[in-house]
Amino acid sequence: MRGRRAWLLSASLADLVFLYAPIAVLMLFSFNASRLSATWQGFTFQWYRLLIEDVALLAAVQNSLLVGVISTIIATVLGVSAAVSLERVPFRGQRVVEGALLLPLVIPEVMMGVALMLFFVLIKLPLSLVTVTIGHAAFNLPIVAVIVRARLHKLDPRLEEAARDLGATPWQAFRRVTLPLLMPAVLGGALMAFTISLDDFIVTFFTAGPGSTTLPLKVYSMVKSGVSPVINALSAILVLVSMALIGLSLALQREREGQK
Amino acid sequence: MADYSVEIQDVVKYHSATLAVDHLSLEVRPGEFFSLLGPSGSGKTSTLRLLAGFERPDHGDIRIEGRSMRDVPPNLRPANLVFQTYALFPHLTVFDNIAFGLEMRRLSRAEIDPRVSAALDMMKLRGKRDRLPAQLSGGEQQRVALARALVNRPAGLLLDEPLGALDQQLRQDMQVELKAIQEQVGITFICVTHHQEEALTMSDRVAVMNHGRALQVGTPQEIYEAPASAFVANFIGVSNGLTGRIVTITGARCTVSLPDLPTGPTILARRPAGAVEGSRVTVLLRPERLHLSQDVHLNGFENALPARVSKAIYNGNEMQYLLRLSDSVSWKARVPNSGGDRKRFLPGEVIFVRWNADEGVVLTE
Repeated sequence: MRGRRAWLLSASLADLVFLYAPIAVLMLFSFNASRLSATWQGFTFQWYRLLIEDVALLAAVQNSLLVGVISTIIATVLGVSAAVSLERVPFRGQRVVEGALLLPLVIPEVMMGVALMLFFVLIKLPLSLVTVTIGHAAFNLPIVAVIVRARLHKLDPRLEEAARDLGATPWQAFRRVTLPLLMPAVLGGALMAFTISLDDFIVTFFTAGPGSTTLPLKVYSMVKSGVSPVINALSAILVLVSMALIGLSLALQREREGQK
Repeated sequence: MADYSVEIQDVVKYHSATLAVDHLSLEVRPGEFFSLLGPSGSGKTSTLRLLAGFERPDHGDIRIEGRSMRDVPPNLRPANLVFQTYALFPHLTVFDNIAFGLEMRRLSRAEIDPRVSAALDMMKLRGKRDRLPAQLSGGEQQRVALARALVNRPAGLLLDEPLGALDQQLRQDMQVELKAIQEQVGITFICVTHHQEEALTMSDRVAVMNHGRALQVGTPQEIYEAPASAFVANFIGVSNGLTGRIVTITGARCTVSLPDLPTGPTILARRPAGAVEGSRVTVLLRPERLHLSQDVHLNGFENALPARVSKAIYNGNEMQYLLRLSDSVSWKARVPNSGGDRKRFLPGEVIFVRWNADEGVVLTE
């Protein structure tokens, strides 16, 4: 037994190294005084200082946050409605709609990006932050819907009936009983959506126009002109923020289940 | 004031292709404890959901206090349901659960607080008002569910297997308590149960249901003493049957010949209404009303039939015997294990089953 345990432990340790070693190196070198990233020449915060002084970069951050917040709100409202109608109101062709809704999760993102771009060109909507936001809302909707629906599926439908029986209209029953119980999943889904929006490159690449550079696009253009330790610093921040958001999202989704 | 609190008028309900409720008509009087008793799939729960308004009848109408419920959604019906699983709101405290219905009716805080407090007192939940449902015992959860419905002072309280989730001891205590609560609040209770003892103990009247129909409606005594059909008799525990033909009728009694038994004996039974000489009848007997003895003499009993013991089961306070009266007729008998004088019988033994004519339920075919 002991041997088996040790073996399993070292295997998972190897997994962690495999996953996080590159990120750890990246973070470490964001504090490296050397301009050439390959060797360690002492500790510095100067790359972080350069980062916050970069006006173009801050504009990209601002764009990313704007797109993230608005696309998340849209995806959350639509995703929750989709989840509720799929779970609670049976209708003809439900399975087809369900499949169609989840398809964006599995089709290659490049296709999604190209398709969105062609669509916007077709309806003559100039590529801008608006089109980026719509694009992000589109791929985030199914993510929110899946997360919320999983929670809704575990919710006893009799709770809604009880509310109705006690005098609540369908809307009041949703507002006072279903939504509060779904809240962990709604917030978890929204955070997940926000994180994915913040990190997205491909769909953004195809749907962005002049002046609508988001953070990942900015990083990409910076890398093209050579990897500077500033990129390391930026990436370190992005990774930490994303991990925090995802961690929070998972914690929220797990919350109420722990109570049962 | 309407004559009836709740009326079900010729209601039909299909669940996709299955007929759940089949031309059901029932009248429940104000302040009555009325039970729908039946096995699962008998349509009793469907009937309750139709009353609550979660489902709509395909045919017929439901009236509560004389008002048609045809187009009335659940939230506007003067009836409240206590769910089998209670369906308490897990995110609300006991107090907020009970206040929910009053809040939906937009009553002011000044009206809600005393009513919820009174409900908490009545259900002995005063100390639990700020707990969440998950922090309560099963019995407490059930009392919250009752309080949450009763606080709205509905015209009718609907209970779906109210004691189903409780353990045996609590179940018996709650039977008495539920009946006491009903008498105290004076609200019409309509209770769905598959448990015959529960229905007979608590109810003023019982409707025995099967296949979406009410087979018999009556007081517990009427149902118990005079079941109208073999199904009703079986469902409330009269499981021993014999078929035969009436030979002679003398006043309120008749003699029945039993061609199913090898010796072709006759027994004495109550004369069923409308029976004549030659009518085919079924005589039904309760397992606990049979007296077993090795003595061939009647000793004061009116009937005696020979039987062979095929199984004897020790069951704590009683013995259960499986008896064979012939190759095709087997009966059950239950004999209390009281005192030391009672003789136990062993499998294979031939004994006599004795009973008085009035113990038998006689059904004409």
